[in-house]
Formats: sequence, structure tokens, C-alpha cells
Amino acid sequence: MRHEISILIIGLFVVLTTASIVAATLSARAPKPLSVTLINLTQRINAWWVMVALMTVAFFFGRYGMTILFALISFAALREFVTLTHSRRSDHWVLLGMFGIIIPFQYWLVWTAWYGLFVIFIPVYCFLLMPAITALHGDTERFLERIAAQQWAVMISVYCVSHVPALLTLDVPGFQGRNLLLIAFLIIVVQGSDVLQYIFGKLFGKHRFSPTVSPSKTWEGLIGGLVASSLLGALLSFITPFTPLQASAVAFIACTMGFLGGLVASAIKRDQGVKDWGHLIEGHGGMLDRTDSLVFAAPIFFHIVRYFWTV
Amino acid sequence: MSKLALKTYTLLQTVTSVSLSAMAWAVTGVRPIWSGSQPSERQRIYFANHTSHGDFILLSACLSERERAITHAIAAAEYWGKSRLRRFIAEDMLSSVLISRQWTSEEQNPISIMLSVLDQGHSLILFPEGTRNMSDEPLLPFRSGLYNLSMARPDVELIPCWIENMSRVLPKGQFLPVPLLCRIVFGTPVAVAPGEDRRAFLDRAHDALQALNPRPARDD
Repeated sequence: MRHEISILIIGLFVVLTTASIVAATLSARAPKPLSVTLINLTQRINAWWVMVALMTVAFFFGRYGMTILFALISFAALREFVTLTHSRRSDHWVLLGMFGIIIPFQYWLVWTAWYGLFVIFIPVYCFLLMPAITALHGDTERFLERIAAQQWAVMISVYCVSHVPALLTLDVPGFQGRNLLLIAFLIIVVQGSDVLQYIFGKLFGKHRFSPTVSPSKTWEGLIGGLVASSLLGALLSFITPFTPLQASAVAFIACTMGFLGGLVASAIKRDQGVKDWGHLIEGHGGMLDRTDSLVFAAPIFFHIVRYFWTV
Repeated sequence: MSKLALKTYTLLQTVTSVSLSAMAWAVTGVRPIWSGSQPSERQRIYFANHTSHGDFILLSACLSERERAITHAIAAAEYWGKSRLRRFIAEDMLSSVLISRQWTSEEQNPISIMLSVLDQGHSLILFPEGTRNMSDEPLLPFRSGLYNLSMARPDVELIPCWIENMSRVLPKGQFLPVPLLCRIVFGTPVAVAPGEDRRAFLDRAHDALQALNPRPARDD
């Protein structure tokens, strides 16, 4: 596995260095003051350096690193989601429970690889008990809206995100001890697809995909990004249990889900009247702005691998 | 007080303020929005809406280390002076200034106490509603302190600061905070206009503060 990880790190280093050089060259040639897009591009690339560095560090700590990192990502994402949606004073204990019980318990389930409870804890138990607690508090003002928002908050920020480290619990014959690479594959392909869609959109984007939801998404960006990231998936098949063809198909599905995740996240933000989820990551917005695609891709990727590749 | 004790006190206060600011950031990701004023080491009175005990910690977390060292929150002696421990936390750890609402002797006069702090060149954090707002109103009517201070020391800038979301982080009667993102909007300084009467000024300052709320529809 060392060999593959070294190749990935070198690859990412080359890509980011190239990106930084391109951005610096563009900035040097562009008329001053620099356009918002160009400043944002540089901020985004700088943030990528930090994110890649953090992921690499977490990678070296293996199962510990991944579980803790994604629990923290869930924390940041949940905080952004709950901040944005409506809640009332009487929701205090439910909200506390989301941070103090649901996140630790869900990641404990990941850690102990208790698959049976991992998949139903939030969609069954929390789904039923959270509104019950809210009802017991007796405050019915905008009740359905509040419990729906709480449900969505934990499903998106905790349940879906926890499927990334849960990839470590899958038992793929002939791939034992190398599951970290599945995480690397998923993240590189899905985040790569975001970047590729952005690049194709900026270069060739003409026809808007959904003007009412997300004016920045174009058909050209979508198709270019999906084709390119499927190829990227095939290229990375050497770190997976997949053949190149399988890898590109899996990458295609994951990235399509990722695109839809971005679209849904945009619709929620538009509904709530904000542009970004938060300001945690310079140039990108909040944690959810960066992970919305991963959130939608991770559970589907997890179940594809689990259904077709495990015993 | 001996020099050594003085040093320990400043160290204690520095450690407290740095760790509280770090904690405030970890829980609420607190972020200043400078909208009408800029960070400055000028002498100021920051006046803010008050919904939670955590308010001034959040506000001072948005100031630079140097400003924080010379900025004191005004707190109610009725609550913070109740026991020796509370007084220690308020005065020695948080370097806040205690005033009583029901004062009898002249040395307890809140305005004189606050003026004496201003006369040392220090800044204040003031909650002109006079108490934590537990009502459904976004902001209670202001009490007179802000007007009196401004009339007595017209050179001190009055900066309105809207603290967002703290009522959701730590609602009435709760002691465990829910981690939600908070912003503090620092607005344009207000000043008493020539000939402006007390109530008119207080209402104007009140409206200026309330107008800073970035998402008014959601404060219910």
C-alpha cells in the first residue's frame, strides 16, 4: 500500500503545484486590480494545499485518523446546517443530543464496525425519537419544519459523511488492509470531479443546467467534468479492487451523485437566502460547500462496493 | 498589591482571555463583520444586545489581544458579586467591572465607576438593555447609561455590536451551549447630536443596533 500512497501524494503534489503556477501566471498577466474570480481561484488553490495536507496527515494515522477526521467534519457540517435552519428554544436538548450523542455514537459504530446498527441508527431510531422528544416538549410552533430540518441535518452531516470512514470496515477479498485506498479513490474522484466541472464550466460553460437553483452549473461543465473524472477513475484503478472499466463506471456514478448533492445543497442555500454554508474554508465557503458532493456520493459508493465486492 | 501578585494577575487574565477566545471560536466559529467601523485601538464603548452570559466573551474574542487587555465588560454586581468565587471569575479572571443596579452610596454610582475606567484610557463593553433579554422582542429599550457616558466623555466612540445567534447557542436557563455559528456585526459609531434629548438618542442608538441584525426574520 505504501507504493500506491506515495504515487498518490506525488500526483497530488504535482497537480497542486501546477495549479498554483497557473494561477500565479494568470494573476501576473491579468490587469490590476485582479478580478474576483482570479482572487477566488488563488484562495481555492491555497485552501486545497491545506486540505490535502490535513488529509495526508490523517491518512498516516490510518483508522484512527480517518474516524476522528470525519467525526470533526461531521461536527463542522452539522453546525453549519443547524445554524442555517429554523429552531426554537424548546429544541435545545435535541440540538445538544445531535452534537453530543448522535455524532459520537455513529462514529463509535463505525469504529467497532457494527454494520447492522450503523445503517439504521439515524434513519430509524433517531428518525423516530428526535420528533418524539420535540413533541414531549409541547412546543408545536412550526413543528414539522423543525423536525424535518433536524432530520435532514443529521442525515446529511452525520449519517452520509460517516459512510466515508465506514469504507474501512468492508471486507473485500484480496484487498484486506488496503481499504484506506478506497477512501482515497472516492475523495480524489469526487473532489476531482468538482474541480474538473469548475474548470470545464469556466472554460466552455454556455448552457446553464439549472438557472433557478445554481446559475454557476452548466451542461458543458457537467459533461466535461463527468467524462474527465470517469477517466480519472480508470486511471486510479490500480489503487482499487476494480478493473479500469469498473473503476470508471463507479467513478461516474459517484460523481453523478456528487453533482446532485451540489445541486440539492444549492437549493437549500437558496431557500434559506444564503450564498455559502459558512466561512471555514477560505475561497470555498463552509465545510458543507466543500463536502456536499462527497455527502451524496459516499453512501452510494459504500453500498456499491459492499454489494458487488464483499463476500 | 506586590509586583509579583500583579504579574500573576495579568498572566491569569491573559491566559483566561486567550483560552476563552479559543473556546468561543471552537464552539461558535465566531467571526467579526466590520460594517461601518474598523478594528482600532481607539478608546471605545462597544454596546451590544444581551441574551446570554457568553455574550461578552464572544465580543472580546473578536478584538485583538491588545484591545482585549484594555477592554472591560460591565457586569451586574447583583449576579457576579454574589459569592467570592463569582467575583473572582468576573473581576480577576475576566477583568470585568461590576456595577449594582440598586446603589445606595456615591462610590457605588455606576456612572462614576464606568467613568473612572474610561479615564484610565480603557474601553468598555456595555449591554444597554440592562439585563439579559428573555422576551420575544429582538431588543429591549435602552437604559440611560449610554447617554450619560457619552455626554460626560464625548470623545469616546460608541460602536453598536449585534451579537448573532447567542440566544440559540445558550438559551435562558440552559448551561450547555449548542455549537452554532455566530457572527458579530460592528456598525457605524453613533454619537449624541447637538441638542438631542436623552430618550431620542437612546432610541436612535437602539434602532442603529437592531438594524445590524443580518437575519432579522429568523430571530424568533
